[in-house]
Amino acid sequence: MMKRTLLAGLSAVALAAASGAAAQTEVTIGVLNDQSGLYSDLTGQGSVWAARKAIEDFDPAAHGLEVELVFADHQNKPDVGSSVARQWYDVDGVDMIVDVPTSSVALAVNELTRERNKVFLSSGAATSDLTGKACSPNTVHWTYDTWSLANGTGKAIVETGGESWFFITADYAFGHALERDTSAVVEANGGEVVGTVRHPFPGSDFSSFLLQAQASGAEIIGLANAGGDTVNTVKQAAEFGIVQSGQSLAALLMFLTDVHALGLDVAQGLIFTEAWYWDLNDANRAFAEEFAAANNGQHPTMVHAGVYSAVTHYLKAIAEVGSAEDGAAVVAAMKEMPTNDRLFGEGEIRQDGRKIHDMYLFEVKAPEESQGPWDYYTLRATIPAAEAFRPLAEGECPLVN
Amino acid sequence: MTESTASPSAATGSTATSSANSSASSSAESRAASAPLLTAGRIAFLAFLALALVAPLFLYPVFLVKVLCFALFACAFNLLVGYVGLLSFGHAMFFGGASYFCGHMLKVWGWPPELAIPAAALAAGAMGLVVGALAIRRQGIYFAMVTLALAQMFYFFALQAPFTGGEDGIQAIPRTPILGVIETANDTTLYYVVLAIFTAGFLLIYRTIHSPFGQVLKAIRENEPRAISLGYAVDRYKLLAFTLSATLAGLAGATKALAFQLASLTDVAWQMSGEVVLMTLVGGMGTVFGPVVGAAVIVTMQNYLAGFGEWVLVTQGVIFVVVVLLFRRGIVGEAMAFAERRRRRREDADAAAAGEPEPAATH
Repeated sequence: MMKRTLLAGLSAVALAAASGAAAQTEVTIGVLNDQSGLYSDLTGQGSVWAARKAIEDFDPAAHGLEVELVFADHQNKPDVGSSVARQWYDVDGVDMIVDVPTSSVALAVNELTRERNKVFLSSGAATSDLTGKACSPNTVHWTYDTWSLANGTGKAIVETGGESWFFITADYAFGHALERDTSAVVEANGGEVVGTVRHPFPGSDFSSFLLQAQASGAEIIGLANAGGDTVNTVKQAAEFGIVQSGQSLAALLMFLTDVHALGLDVAQGLIFTEAWYWDLNDANRAFAEEFAAANNGQHPTMVHAGVYSAVTHYLKAIAEVGSAEDGAAVVAAMKEMPTNDRLFGEGEIRQDGRKIHDMYLFEVKAPEESQGPWDYYTLRATIPAAEAFRPLAEGECPLVN
Repeated sequence: MTESTASPSAATGSTATSSANSSASSSAESRAASAPLLTAGRIAFLAFLALALVAPLFLYPVFLVKVLCFALFACAFNLLVGYVGLLSFGHAMFFGGASYFCGHMLKVWGWPPELAIPAAALAAGAMGLVVGALAIRRQGIYFAMVTLALAQMFYFFALQAPFTGGEDGIQAIPRTPILGVIETANDTTLYYVVLAIFTAGFLLIYRTIHSPFGQVLKAIRENEPRAISLGYAVDRYKLLAFTLSATLAGLAGATKALAFQLASLTDVAWQMSGEVVLMTLVGGMGTVFGPVVGAAVIVTMQNYLAGFGEWVLVTQGVIFVVVVLLFRRGIVGEAMAFAERRRRRREDADAAAAGEPEPAATH
């Protein structure tokens, strides 16, 4: 705070000296994510770059803004994340926190942001509670959530002809929720769940579960788990030749960087839902090219693109409101303006804080289909924005009346 | 600082190997040194307290709260490893367990903090009684493994149990006023509340160490068979120390749940058990202030280096290696050993100076 007032004082003096210059609104943006662990490829420095790029492209000076960017590692621990966020809000004058993968950390930041009346734009977090029970007038959930992944994957696969399902589920609350949501969608669309099996979390040996799945004869094996568990299940499924023998694997939480880590040999035939892919159109490809040039050839994930899109819209709202002080007012302005940026195109933010856009069902290419590095997906279906997210009334969000 | 033995054998986790002589001499020293009202230890404590009282003027209070919570946790752990020679690798179970209990009592049952925090600490103590009763039957590495195994069981219980919120933890724990008047929602007020809790816990540990009970604990650490042969019911002493340590670790965890408004799997994971070992080793095992310094160093690094991403973990690792290789007594332990060496040298010099003229006079 001290530093801010000092800075404000100084800039006031500077302004008086250079009379006639436009007043500058100061904004500080904090990128809080995993820089060292499981999700550091998926979010990490790529998100920092995306936020910086969004600020550059927005040209803050022309809009009378002065934007500063900070970032930190939350190590996927809610207490580390919440103490960084607290310090940012209370001491360092941060106005908005963006990204925050790992649901437990995101929920902690969500509560804190509401308390301090700042802004939280979540791109990396999965939990659909952020726009459900825990929804807040200070939070926008940008890129994806568990409901939209379960819905997209479940519905689109049944519609494109995968009617019988078998679930391999991580045995804890998150896995159960994924399985429950997806089964509901599958059954509502005329599919059938022929069986489920629970594996301990975290697991390492999935062979017996995969054999049960194989024996069930289901067309689709749904992986209701995440991170290392999903990666290991996919690897071991490749060893059993499950995809080659005609069954398909549907991952419920999978990202471009996971496919890259697995390699096409192992990941081919995998089906899952994402919100964004770099090779969908020219604008995305241009962004990916710049991203790769700055990040050792890595390509952007949907989380990175979401950070870019969220920061862009946030800055537009700040330029409109004229101040970053009142977080709830900024978010209200963000909800009022339709979103439009070069990566996600046109969209909107719903009353419960859910950003609405199309979702896509992808299938991982076979090695011989791939044209080069990072050419991994074929588009199997587009889930239109209107159907991609949980209906407003079903979320139990207290903001919706 | 009246305690001066930080035996290197304890640093490697083995127990009851170093000579009993050093303990005998140190306890004689400590008895002699605690006679005056202001010992070095008390002066150090008063200086620490004075510093702690004004610290929020210079530093961010929530950061200080975090330091104090971990300092109390490390002190509780040190009571066991530094003074009884029992290396528990499952203390996260008590720390994190109490933070879940406290969070549930505050949020779901709506208990006020003055009830929830002690109740959660006692619940952790009860867990400690059960775990301790099982674990103290074995020694050394086996003891560590039993505690680790039980802590992992508790971790998976916390992952599955409905009241813990699984992966998400218990979020948005309310900071309700204590006794209806002390507003814990204010960060500075909260800091003084936590400081009071820490001081109480710290003094309890200090008192325990310097009581006849504490002397027996140290005797067990130095040479268990000898303590048995002297007629002490060693197992009962160990169990009591284990329970006390678990209760105080629980007190730290419960306080942290109130302060940070969340209880999560991080606090019951085995990494947390490792982190407290790290804090205690860096600060100085078997010293009263060591764990406080160690906790301050580690938490400061985690907080202020967060902007450097993965370098926090690398730095932590390097510091750990350096401490284990070069400063086995930890920061406080080395400082005390340095002071002790200087004192010896001065005494020797004095003795030499006093000894010289005498023979000269007789000639």
